[in-house]
Amino acid sequence: MTDAAYNFAYLDEQTKRMIRRAILKGLAVPGYQVPFASREMPMPYGWGTGGVQVTAACLTPDDVLKVIDQGADDTTNAVSIRRFFERTGGVAVTTRTEEASVIQTRHRIPETPLTEGQILVYQVPIPEPLRFLEPRETETRKMHALEEYGLMHVKLYEDIAHNGAISTAYAYPVKVEGRYVMDPSPIPKFDNPRLESAAIQLFGAGREQRIYALPPHTKVVSLDFEDHPFDPSKADHDCDLCGSGSSYLDEVIMDDEGGRMFVCSDTDYCATRRARGFRGALSSEEDAA
Amino acid sequence: MYVAVKGGERAIEAAHDWLAEERRGDPAVPELTLEQIREQMTLAVNRVMAEGSLYDPDLAALAIKQARGDLIEAIFLLRAYRTTLPRLGVSIPVDTGAMRCDRRVSATFKDVPGGQVLGPTFDYTHRLLDFALAAEGEAPRARQAEPRQEPTPRVTEFLNKDGLIQDEVRTEDTPPDMTRQPMEYPAGRALRLQALTRGDEGFVLGMAYSTQRGYGRTHPFVGELRIGAVEVEMEIPELGFAICIGEVTLTECETVNQFSGSRTEPPQFTRGYGLVFGQTERKAISMALVDRSLRWQELGEENTGAPAQDEEFVLAHADNIQGTGFLEHIKLPHYVDFQSELELVRRMRADAMTAKDPAT
Ligand SMILES: [Zn+2]
Repeated sequence: MTDAAYNFAYLDEQTKRMIRRAILKGLAVPGYQVPFASREMPMPYGWGTGGVQVTAACLTPDDVLKVIDQGADDTTNAVSIRRFFERTGGVAVTTRTEEASVIQTRHRIPETPLTEGQILVYQVPIPEPLRFLEPRETETRKMHALEEYGLMHVKLYEDIAHNGAISTAYAYPVKVEGRYVMDPSPIPKFDNPRLESAAIQLFGAGREQRIYALPPHTKVVSLDFEDHPFDPSKADHDCDLCGSGSSYLDEVIMDDEGGRMFVCSDTDYCATRRARGFRGALSSEEDAA
Repeated sequence: MYVAVKGGERAIEAAHDWLAEERRGDPAVPELTLEQIREQMTLAVNRVMAEGSLYDPDLAALAIKQARGDLIEAIFLLRAYRTTLPRLGVSIPVDTGAMRCDRRVSATFKDVPGGQVLGPTFDYTHRLLDFALAAEGEAPRARQAEPRQEPTPRVTEFLNKDGLIQDEVRTEDTPPDMTRQPMEYPAGRALRLQALTRGDEGFVLGMAYSTQRGYGRTHPFVGELRIGAVEVEMEIPELGFAICIGEVTLTECETVNQFSGSRTEPPQFTRGYGLVFGQTERKAISMALVDRSLRWQELGEENTGAPAQDEEFVLAHADNIQGTGFLEHIKLPHYVDFQSELELVRRMRADAMTAKDPAT
């Protein structure tokens, strides 16, 4: 059901070339935000236009695409973006992490470890990790150029002084290969350790016109202090459907009496485990449905 | 339960079907035609073309119909379409001096060569609801005069003859295209004007208004406001000369601003400039005020810290498609982030409670 009126994967080849150049530059300088001439896409800014442009520039007709939002393949915006590429690229799609060659994500890294040859594309709202410390682009670019990250450490230190802990739970800043401080996009800090990956990781910020990248096996360190080491914690529960004790969980409110259940945010991971026979505390009734 | 939280494909389809039904409204009422929108909602069409950066009244009318009259949504539709068009080249600068003016007023001189032409304006109408419009009837006809044949000279040129107003130096540089290059600051005036002309009318108006209320005051007068059709000419390499490829209606505003001089410049008037597609004079005047305000550095004026003097602030927030997209994206699911905050707050609360009452 390819829409013949548009080029493969919507963007024209000139635009894809421009984006690919930015991607290559990003891969060459890991963690550096490369300005690119982001196009106006047929979905709103803030809804994944950066990721969509990066995905469009990476896709070939042989690719198998997976799109997730909040870890799930069936969230509305993931459905919408997947359909967009089915329509404009006619590419094969999947919900299985292992089967996908390109995965576009918002807010999560899949639980299943990625492998060489896979590309993970992140949707990024605010690419600048220093933005909420210094709103001016002219200033933050200078700070990156001079490796002047004192402000960030002061912020984290003040967190500890005021709250006894670093109060950043998602979009937790990282340092890439000992050089650039990078915003990993609003993934929970639980996902940060998996930023060191065998896959290529590309970050697209459409509205802010920036692309950055992590080549496979790049060293990515979450910022912390010796006496307050980085803690990628999660809810202290197991998945109520598949019983996994190591996956990131969504808390689902069941009724107005305060009843709740915890389920894997990664729907493919959870479904695969259940297919293999793993069960959680509340899985019997769910599976019966 | 769980599936309902995550939504899905069928929900999206049903929502879009419902939207289409609501767009049509009561089927007993005749459907709007694009011609009706184009001819009778002209100023909406003009705004959509201006902020959509695409001069096509028919497509703008279609966008307004599709957007159910939500002009920002219509602008978005036009922008998304525009991106798919190839960029064929650059026209030669339009000559607004040769504009066939429908309207041309100056606030700085009582009379000027070429005359004051009110044109089809809301100015001096009494804003009383006209109930006669609610009933359908014969369209009124305006009296006509002989059109002016010769070009209408620019008011600011009269001041320029005496060196009373700062000269705008002509350059042959091709201006950068903000839809093809990432924005970089400082942007330069050509890029600033580009961003302002497609900027949100409300935002640009608010910025301009703030300068009038003292946040970076620039003492503006409307030197001239003109609205009319100009020819668009393009050099055709095969021909070796420029030919007219069409006509667009533009609104141009030049403000005359007091300037007391600086260390490098003698006292003289300065200008702010606004140029916008269609009949869009509120926007063009606003643009001229903001343009002038952003020129403080070039003119050696003081930075008072006013928002309208701050190029990065103005340009980064003028675009309503960027703004509305990012604003509305907070409707999207954020439960992963929220969950991680929830865990953090619970843990920090637990720690705080323990610290307060170590006995428990
Ligand atoms: Zn699970």
